[in-house]
Amino acid sequence: MNDKPKVAFYWCASCGGCEETIVDLNEDVLKVVDAVDIVLWPVALDFKRKDIEAMADGEIAVSFINGAVRLSEQEEWAELLRQKSGLVVAFGSCAHLGGIPGLGNVANRELIFQRKYTTVPTIDNPDRIFPSVAVTVDGADAEHPYELELPSFYDTVKTLDQTIDVDYYLPGCPPPSNLVWDAVVAILEGKLPEKGAVLAPNKALCDTCPRNETKSDELTIKEFKRVATSTPDPEECFLAQGYVCLGPATRSGCGERCINGNMPCRGCFGPPDGIVDQGAKILSAIASIVDSTDAAEIEGIIGAIEDPLGTFYRFSLPGSLLGRTRIGG
Amino acid sequence: MSTGFEPKIIGFLCRWCSYPGADLAGTSRIKYSPNMIPIRVMCSGRVDPSFVIKALNDGADGVLIAGCHPPTDCHYQSGNIKAMRRYPLLMRMLEQFGIEKERVRLEWISASEGPKFAQVVEEMSDTIRQLGPLGWRKDAVE
Repeated sequence: MNDKPKVAFYWCASCGGCEETIVDLNEDVLKVVDAVDIVLWPVALDFKRKDIEAMADGEIAVSFINGAVRLSEQEEWAELLRQKSGLVVAFGSCAHLGGIPGLGNVANRELIFQRKYTTVPTIDNPDRIFPSVAVTVDGADAEHPYELELPSFYDTVKTLDQTIDVDYYLPGCPPPSNLVWDAVVAILEGKLPEKGAVLAPNKALCDTCPRNETKSDELTIKEFKRVATSTPDPEECFLAQGYVCLGPATRSGCGERCINGNMPCRGCFGPPDGIVDQGAKILSAIASIVDSTDAAEIEGIIGAIEDPLGTFYRFSLPGSLLGRTRIGG
Repeated sequence: MSTGFEPKIIGFLCRWCSYPGADLAGTSRIKYSPNMIPIRVMCSGRVDPSFVIKALNDGADGVLIAGCHPPTDCHYQSGNIKAMRRYPLLMRMLEQFGIEKERVRLEWISASEGPKFAQVVEEMSDTIRQLGPLGWRKDAVE
C-alpha cells in the first residue's frame, strides 16, 4: 500500500465547490483511491498539519490546492505542501487567478472589516469587536483565560503562484470532472506537458460555443442588456443579443456549462495562452463592437455596463496586471 | 517643477497622423516637455487596453494614445473609431482601479498639427506633475 503515490488535497480561500468536483468523479474516484494514497483532504478525511510536517520533503507526489491566498495560515499551508510535494497543481479559478474571493482586492482589510463587522444590516456589534491575531477568551475560570492566535488577514488576495511555485493549473469554477480525470491520469502515467501549463484546451470559448454559428460576421451592439432584467434568447449568440459574454477572452474546456444553461460566459477559465490580461482583452473586444461612431452616444451605450472592473475581472483580478485597486490615492 | 518630480509618459502614436505630427513639432523647433516616450504603432486601433495597463503597471505615470481625426482620417478607415469606443470604457475601469482619469488621454492629432502635439504633451506633463507619481507596483500597494 505504501508504494502508491501520495496525493494531497487542500483548500485555501474557496467555497468548497472544487471539493465537489472531486466527488463528481463518481465511480472514477474509486479508481483514484485505488491508484493513490490520499494523505490530506480536510473536507473529507482527518489528517493534521503535524502529519504532513512529519513527512519527508517531496514525499507527496502531487498536491492539488484550491482557493486563493488571503490568510497567513493559507500561506503557511501552501508553503508546507510545496516543500513536501513533487508537483503542485493550482486547482480551480481561485488558486489559478484569484477567483471570486479575489474581488476582495477592490478593498483592503480595514474596509472589509468595517463592512463585515459594523455596517452590514445583519450585524449587531455594539462593542465594535473585530477579529485580531491575538485573542483572549474566557477559560475555565477568570484567572485562566485562553490566549488564542488567529491567522492574520491580508489586505490583498493572492493567487497560488504569487505565493509558491506552481507546476500546473486546472482552471474553472469548479474545474470540470473530465479535466480533473485527464490530469490525474496524465500525472499517474507521467505524460505531463511543460511546467506551467494550464491543463485545458488552448482555444477561446467562442471557438467551441454551440451558438457561434448564429452570429453575423460583423457583430455589433447598440444596447447592453443584463440577464437580471431580461431573458436571453436560448439559441442566439449572447454578444449579438447585447449581453456581456466573456467568451472571446476566455479559455475553452468548460463544456459550455453556462452557455447551455442560457447564461453568458463569466470567464472562470481565465484567458487562453498569450493573453496577458483577460479583463483588458474582453474590454477591448466588447467596446470595439459598440455600434456607434459618435463619442457621446458611445459613452451612453457603454454606461449600461454597471461595473466594468467586476464584470471583466470577475475571476481574475489578483492574477491580472494591476492586481488590485488603489485605496486612498 | 517645484517638487522635482518629472513624469514618465508613454505615447502610443499612430504611424499615419500623430507620429508625423510629433515629427513636425520637432522639425518646426517647437519647445515642449521631454516627458513623453513615443511608441509608434500602426494605428490607434492597434492600441489594446492591455498596452495602456501594462505601461501603467510597469512604471509609467501617464499614457497618451493619439490617432487620426475621426470619422474619416484613419488610414485603415475605422481603427480610430475602435480606439474611440474603447477609451471611455477603459477610463471608467481605470477609475475603479483608483487611477486618475487625467493620466490617460486620447487625442486626435493629424500630421499637420505639430503645435497641437506639443501643446497636448505640455498639458499632460503639467497635469501629471501636479498629480505626482503613479508608482503602480503590486508589491507597493499590499
